[in-house]
Amino acid sequence: MSILVYIEHSEGQVKKTSLEAVSFAKALAAQTGEGDVVAVALGAIDSDALAHAGTAGADKVLHVSDDRLSAGVIQAHASAVAEAFQNISAKTLVLAKSSLGDAVAARLAIKLNAGLVSNVVELPQTSGEYLVKRSIYTGKAFAETALTTENKILAIKKNAIDLKTDGGPASVEEFAVTIDESDFASKITATERATGEVLLPEADIVVSGGRGMKGPENWGMIEDMAKTLGAATGCSKPVSDIGWRPHHEHVGQTGVKVAPTLYIAIGISGAIQHLAGVNSSKCIVVINKDPEAPFFKAADYGIVGDAFDVVPKLTEALKAEL
Amino acid sequence: MKILVCITHVPDTTSKIQFTDNNTKFDTTGVQFIIGPYDDYALARAVELRDQTGGKLTVLNVGGAETEPTLRKALAIGADEAIRVNTDPKDSFYVAQQIAHYAKEGGYDLILMGRESIDFNGGMVHGMVGELLGMPSFSPVMKLDVEGTSVKMSREIEGGKENLEANLPLIAGCQEPIAEWKIPNMRGIMSARSKPMNVVEPVSDSTQAETKSFALPPAKGSVKLVDKDNVGELVQLLKNEAKVL
Repeated sequence: MSILVYIEHSEGQVKKTSLEAVSFAKALAAQTGEGDVVAVALGAIDSDALAHAGTAGADKVLHVSDDRLSAGVIQAHASAVAEAFQNISAKTLVLAKSSLGDAVAARLAIKLNAGLVSNVVELPQTSGEYLVKRSIYTGKAFAETALTTENKILAIKKNAIDLKTDGGPASVEEFAVTIDESDFASKITATERATGEVLLPEADIVVSGGRGMKGPENWGMIEDMAKTLGAATGCSKPVSDIGWRPHHEHVGQTGVKVAPTLYIAIGISGAIQHLAGVNSSKCIVVINKDPEAPFFKAADYGIVGDAFDVVPKLTEALKAEL
Repeated sequence: MKILVCITHVPDTTSKIQFTDNNTKFDTTGVQFIIGPYDDYALARAVELRDQTGGKLTVLNVGGAETEPTLRKALAIGADEAIRVNTDPKDSFYVAQQIAHYAKEGGYDLILMGRESIDFNGGMVHGMVGELLGMPSFSPVMKLDVEGTSVKMSREIEGGKENLEANLPLIAGCQEPIAEWKIPNMRGIMSARSKPMNVVEPVSDSTQAETKSFALPPAKGSVKLVDKDNVGELVQLLKNEAKVL
């Protein structure tokens, strides 16, 4: 018996969020005695890059190298992962929450007759009732949910567990699956992805700007700070609504929910809808010229001051320190 | 084209979240319920598609009688008829089974809903319904155009989007900017009163998960303010106190 982890990759590397899922599965297996951690990766990627999943705790990686799976075709991915799950007689599937992961997990819940919990924030209690803690109300609360099925799927939130990096390389095996042609009926015709940038949903540090930045032409200072910190850039809803920044940078209740180690908010007042997208951050810094901005109540550190004055100075100070 | 839009009845995004009965029930005191914001986007796009291609737009909610005003609002926004599956939404799987059953019965070409409900944030129901009905499912969809039986979509991915082509019938979990939210006008509100509200019974008891209790996050300590002329101090605090650099 083993735990299966569905891992995603991008630009030739296993995604960090997927490595966290591997570490989560390793700790879970140690707790439940479910044996080895087997990862499954789909589409074209080097074996060496997959072996790297071993550092996070994977014993073995099943690689379905079929190039048609290199794109995130939801139904085909679900079929391939289901076959791997049955092949290794797993009872538990772990994956990182993501755009593709969520879509695939939902279909797998039906295929595998598995109870599914999403937004899992820590290891479940498994002695007696199987109780999973998850984030709900967009981070404003938690629920303890009992799973009553034999098969289980846990979609974990970023930072649910510390990433392990001390394992040896995993063995990588080619794994052939038979996927019905109908699973490829929908076609991905184009992918537009910002390359080389730190991706917002997965970033450890996020620097966000709001309407206080006064215009898109002033985003240079946000980007400078982000670059200094190796951070992703984000923005508030009004900013993406008026088109100063692209929609995929919108952080908040109806945008991207982030869970970085450090979130720096510049010129954002802190409407409850924005806070809902950032309340899983470990540390929040707010820079705003209005001392009454509600964001200060949700912050760990704050500077009351004009962004145009404070941000360049802070970036310089960060550069000097890092 | 026959379109089904599934909506959720959820607390307004500005609601203060609290629990009662020893943290086992959501406290509805003073809470205003709305159509889920993502469902609202799905509904707005469905109204546009119905107006463009003709056909019928049905809106469905799984919930008790208290959710009818939310369905009426969807009718006022432009849906032609409503279905209320008369039961509490127990878990995603339970809700997906109800939707799959009534969707199959209705023979819809296009099933839209929000990418996730804003109470439990699972984002799983569209995919489950898709698998139960053997239909493709896509989420989160930011653009959806229909031409004949061919559908062009774009789906948000980390740091960008992908463009997709698929054929009807299909299911999509929607988000902005698929359409602008629609606000019901007086004519819509008046006509909603006479549109059909079909109350149907649940078809299955089967669940996979049961929520036992709720908890609120620990209260945040007060903010530590740093003088704007001494930003170096903030860097030191982040490094040595918060240990996040």
